[in-house]
Amino acid sequence: MFLFIVFALIAIVAGLGVILSRKPVYSALFLLVNFATLAALYIMLQAQFLAAVQIIVYAGAIVVLILFVIMLIGGGELRDIRDPNKTLLRRLTAPRVTGAVLALLLLAAIGYGLITGTLNSASGSAAAFNNGSVQAIASVLYTDYVLPFELASVLLLVGMIGAVVLAKNE
Amino acid sequence: MTFPTLNLPVISPQIVLVVAALVILIADLVIVQKRILGWISLVAALGALATVFTYRPASPAFQNMALADGLGLFTTAAVLIAAALALLLSVERVADFTRHAGAYYALILLATAGMTALTIASDFMTIFVAIEILSLALYVLSGFNRRDARSSEAALKYFLLGAFASGFLLYGIALIYGATGTTNLAAIAQGIAPLSVSLPFAPLLPLGVGLLLVGLGFKVALVPFHMWTPDVYQGAPTPVTAFMSVGTKTASFAALIRVLAALGSHDRPWLLALAGLAVLTMTLGNLAALRQTSLKRMLAYSSIAHAGYIVTGLAAGNPRGAEGALYYLLAYTFMNLGAFAVLLAVQRREENDVSVERLHGLAARQPVLAVLMALFMFSLAGIPPLAGFFAKLYVFSGAVEAGLAWLAIVGVINSAIGAYYYLRVTVAMFMSEPAADAAEAPKPGWPVMATIAIAALATLLLGIWQFPWMQSIIQAVSTLALR
Repeated sequence: MFLFIVFALIAIVAGLGVILSRKPVYSALFLLVNFATLAALYIMLQAQFLAAVQIIVYAGAIVVLILFVIMLIGGGELRDIRDPNKTLLRRLTAPRVTGAVLALLLLAAIGYGLITGTLNSASGSAAAFNNGSVQAIASVLYTDYVLPFELASVLLLVGMIGAVVLAKNE
Repeated sequence: MTFPTLNLPVISPQIVLVVAALVILIADLVIVQKRILGWISLVAALGALATVFTYRPASPAFQNMALADGLGLFTTAAVLIAAALALLLSVERVADFTRHAGAYYALILLATAGMTALTIASDFMTIFVAIEILSLALYVLSGFNRRDARSSEAALKYFLLGAFASGFLLYGIALIYGATGTTNLAAIAQGIAPLSVSLPFAPLLPLGVGLLLVGLGFKVALVPFHMWTPDVYQGAPTPVTAFMSVGTKTASFAALIRVLAALGSHDRPWLLALAGLAVLTMTLGNLAALRQTSLKRMLAYSSIAHAGYIVTGLAAGNPRGAEGALYYLLAYTFMNLGAFAVLLAVQRREENDVSVERLHGLAARQPVLAVLMALFMFSLAGIPPLAGFFAKLYVFSGAVEAGLAWLAIVGVINSAIGAYYYLRVTVAMFMSEPAADAAEAPKPGWPVMATIAIAALATLLLGIWQFPWMQSIIQAVSTLALR
């Protein structure tokens, strides 16, 4: 429980950091912290596979992609966020309103799930992976889904050949 | 833990193709004479075809992920024939547009592996991965001519729109999964048969099928998801266009027939949507083709129109319509590949497209080529006794049998419109004076001529000697549970 509180607090602070930083690069790095703490939370929920994917895909690939984009467009400072010259109403642009509405909807959905108990019934599924989720996923992947899995490796091969051919000098 | 039973013979064509692709990639490093790689890939395609003919239709394999039934084997054979002809076409001219011949042949084989995997896929997981394999390989192949800006533009356009379409496809699959609780086609068919109303999220099913139609409609170029087709067909190197125009259609339509058959026992609102798509696709494809001066763009719009005729057979939703669609796919494979092969034969080395004017007076210069091109044009227009006529006859009679006589009438009117631009090409070849700048294209070598000859022979034979083909088609459709 103590660990959970620590990680949850870090995640919340990092999440606030993402939206309150003036420099986009700081936002991206806060996002990295947020993703990492989420991975820790997944491990505490016995979802090791999800945690690994969270680190590899989100903390690795996605954050790097975001940093690339920031470097391409130039990472200046964003002034508008805490601009004292504008009233609160003026600062409510369309993206922010959309974001706020979506956040409220998410909160409402989670709250509804907690109150009616539908979310609690799902909590038992972590225990269903008796050997941990990595083994559970692996055994399904290499038995039931072995054909799509092998085809996915062909897909990666195609992507690799294509990237090399298109990048080579003619 | 139970170990899976691996029924490897089911995927033997795919194994042959992927292994050959790897061998070619390695051999590319040591072999200087790149033409040899082309022959290796051709042997691989024919070898894969041989495995299809030695294999008999069987029960589901790989935990219901694949099903090499009559439909799968028939369309796999059609795709492999298309690949073999395209490779034969490529051997001579691949050096015109690229120095990376090894990667070119490997990608054609891998795309073929993806297409053949799609034809036997009986689970949405397999379907999606197979579609991605063939799409990704074709994105790269259409951009293979690095010296031509049009080719790169085609690749980029195809990639961006294709990625978008994949999103639709995946969303459709997710919604169908939400409605039925499974991604397996056999389980879906079983699930919706007894409880066609009490599915947990039944309204999601038509929505999911609709999105699925958008995704697959993009791959086979149905109006209004056809925007990419003319540009990509024109920009891609001609052998690639020849291959993708027939192979992708065959594989995607096979998957569509399988999916629709699995959803068949349900009340089927999407058949009406298919009929609407068919009308739009036929009409717009034919009307746009009328105005084209570039032969490749004309054939691109004509391929859109043909996709419309094939959808007519699917919209009928009965065995007759599905049989017509399968026959159409095989006939279209030969006649369209043949037309593109003639186009390649008359185009100059540095060119990637030919205007209709270039064909003026072709009959005087190269009579054999002109006669065979006329044969393909007559077949595409649907003139008896060629394959194209019977293909149209079967899909339209399927539509009439299903009570969609109006759809068949629209199709016949469209065939008449289409005949105009096909015959215009013929008239240009036989009755016009040669254009002043009719500089000679390099004399086509025997591989190109052999491709054209095989396609022409098959176009004739499919029309006048139908028994063996129709027998396997009827057998293929009878195992599907079509109403």
